[in-house]
Amino acid sequence: MRTTLCLVLIVLGTSGGEVAVAHAMKQVGEVQGFALKSLLRFLRRALGQPWFWVGVALLALNFFALLALLSWANVSFVIPATALSYVTGAFAARLMLGERLTPLRWAGILLVAAGVAMVTFGG
Amino acid sequence: MTSPRNLQSRTYAMLVPVILFAPLGNVLLGKGMRQTGELHSYSPAEVLAFFRSAFTSPWVWLGIACLLMFLVSYMIVLSWADYSFVMPVSAITYGVAALMGHWLLGEIVTPQRWLGVAVICFGVALVTRTPSSSRVQE
Repeated sequence: MRTTLCLVLIVLGTSGGEVAVAHAMKQVGEVQGFALKSLLRFLRRALGQPWFWVGVALLALNFFALLALLSWANVSFVIPATALSYVTGAFAARLMLGERLTPLRWAGILLVAAGVAMVTFGG
Repeated sequence: MTSPRNLQSRTYAMLVPVILFAPLGNVLLGKGMRQTGELHSYSPAEVLAFFRSAFTSPWVWLGIACLLMFLVSYMIVLSWADYSFVMPVSAITYGVAALMGHWLLGEIVTPQRWLGVAVICFGVALVTRTPSSSRVQE
């Protein structure tokens, strides 16, 4: 039960947290130049976005859920969660950020998820 | 407004620090933490000593600096490109981490891991054939 809970928190924390940060960056708008002044303005505006902090909180939750899970479960148990978060991230991008995912992009994402699973299982 | 083509090439340029800083930060943190040693008990005194030792290691600070650079470049890239583009392309870090482990730390990378890296690269190649931002298409 607690293992399932932690796995759900890890998958949702990764995708939810990154999508929240991505949403915040879209709100801030494109970085236009690399002058120190414009970069600092970008960072200040980013840190002022509530969604940025929602994202950071979710990523922190994900980190602690991962640490907790690793304290009783085997590493190989955690791996499907890492690979799965690529797929949930793609769904979240489509549903929550309204991004258009072409079949080609879906195929690429599924291959990346499969590759990540192989890398992490392969020791 | 930035032209779509310009946006696409900027995105690719900014993905380079994203892909390099994440594994580099982890390698440096790993090196620093190995020198710090294992945490054996969770008594407040021991935890405090552990953190004190970790935060006096220059490797740990270098690692944190790299991870901060990663975060800022990731944020900049997300201001330009789709999350569903940046997320899979960033998985190239698994390949970079394998190469760094092999060359810098002398780790043994199993054939299965190399095969996984190859599958990731193939997936990333497919994703990079799609426009980096939904706005580029418009």
